[in-house]
Amino acid sequence: MWRDLRLLAGDIGLVAAKDLRIEWRARTTLGQVVPFALLVLVLFGFALNANRPTLELATPGLLWMTVLFVTVVAVQRSVAVESTDGAGRMLLLSGMAPAAAFGGKALAVAVQLLAVAVVLLPGVVLLYGAEFESLLLAVVTSIAATAGLAAAGSLLGAVVAGVRAHQTVLPILLLPVVAPVLIAATRAFEDALGTAAVNGWSWVGLLAGFTAANVALGAVAYGPLMEEA
Amino acid sequence: MSAVRLEGAVVLLGRFPALAGADFAVDSGEVVLVRGPNGAGKSTMLHLCAGLLPLSEGRGEVLGSDLGSDRAAVRRRVGLLGHDTALYGELSAVENLDLWARASRVDAVGVPGALRRLGVPERLWAFPSARLSAGQRRRVALAAIVVRRPELWLLDEPHAGLDSEGRELVSGLMSKAAAAGAAVVLASHEPGPADDLATRTVTMAGGTVRADAA
Repeated sequence: MWRDLRLLAGDIGLVAAKDLRIEWRARTTLGQVVPFALLVLVLFGFALNANRPTLELATPGLLWMTVLFVTVVAVQRSVAVESTDGAGRMLLLSGMAPAAAFGGKALAVAVQLLAVAVVLLPGVVLLYGAEFESLLLAVVTSIAATAGLAAAGSLLGAVVAGVRAHQTVLPILLLPVVAPVLIAATRAFEDALGTAAVNGWSWVGLLAGFTAANVALGAVAYGPLMEEA
Repeated sequence: MSAVRLEGAVVLLGRFPALAGADFAVDSGEVVLVRGPNGAGKSTMLHLCAGLLPLSEGRGEVLGSDLGSDRAAVRRRVGLLGHDTALYGELSAVENLDLWARASRVDAVGVPGALRRLGVPERLWAFPSARLSAGQRRRVALAAIVVRRPELWLLDEPHAGLDSEGRELVSGLMSKAAAAGAAVVLASHEPGPADDLATRTVTMAGGTVRADAA
């Protein structure tokens, strides 16, 4: 059993490293997604008339809305990597466990989302004047939320991979499904920023549950979905 | 030993029967050429034999595994060259083959040898695959199959896009694979180098096998 788990972990690492290497070479996350995310933050600021008190109150929601937009872009890229020139067939024919392929793809998306979050956190401090009361809660929330977004996104990315108009279908499917992440991460950040009297850690628990459910679902469903694509 | 056995195989792509009751058999050590016009069902049959498409009706067995119940076992033991190269464009030839070997649990030591066998110049090994010429990409894709040493080679238009040296290399590769006991199935829609290689030719039209001649 330990040997199987070790092999599974090795394959997850192999696929994640592959996707991250491809992203690093293509410079999509650094060159396009991060500037896009910062631009969204700035535009939210303009839309709210750069009103400091309003921005401070709205910071958690605006931050996680931005991460949600980034998730759509990251998942679309993740799907495109496998569909271009039939590359995904390599994983399918390799005999690798579909759960490992799913885990690797989701892990790579999570790392990218976390990297974007690392840029956005100082962004909201600078642009919106946000101040963290609990940085630990903010960091744990970011990890749990990006993991949940990546798991749900990778699963739905596989669902739409075989659909002709998958680029437009993905946001329609993904955004409602990840609404609980938006709500939970926003509430937890309200606690981390001290803008609302809520127990952020209980919302982190919800994020962990959401992530676990999507990881389990993805591990089971990814094989048939890969074959369909 | 039987490598492929299809009886009345039906494959639906959506609601369209791309294979409409095909009977087809290949033994180990054979090189079978599947000939037919565009849309005859050649590529669909190769994908079915690779375990990539589900069998809707009929029976199918590849390398002793049932296509209805154990396609995953089939996929681990075949090599498929399709119209696309199945390479990651941002990764180099070596990185693609190394990934392929590690994912397939095959020793990656064979990667440089496979690239040399396919005549891919060493100076191109570190180039992103997307920046290679179509012919070089095709050679790298074939090298990926060599690394894996499959028991069944499924090659769709394997000579397409290759220069004369490349065509000879590929022909030699298939002959050696068959001599080593592997079964080779290659699909082609027009006369060419594949004709000389084949020990048997099967003609397809309309999703069925129309003729089978040695």
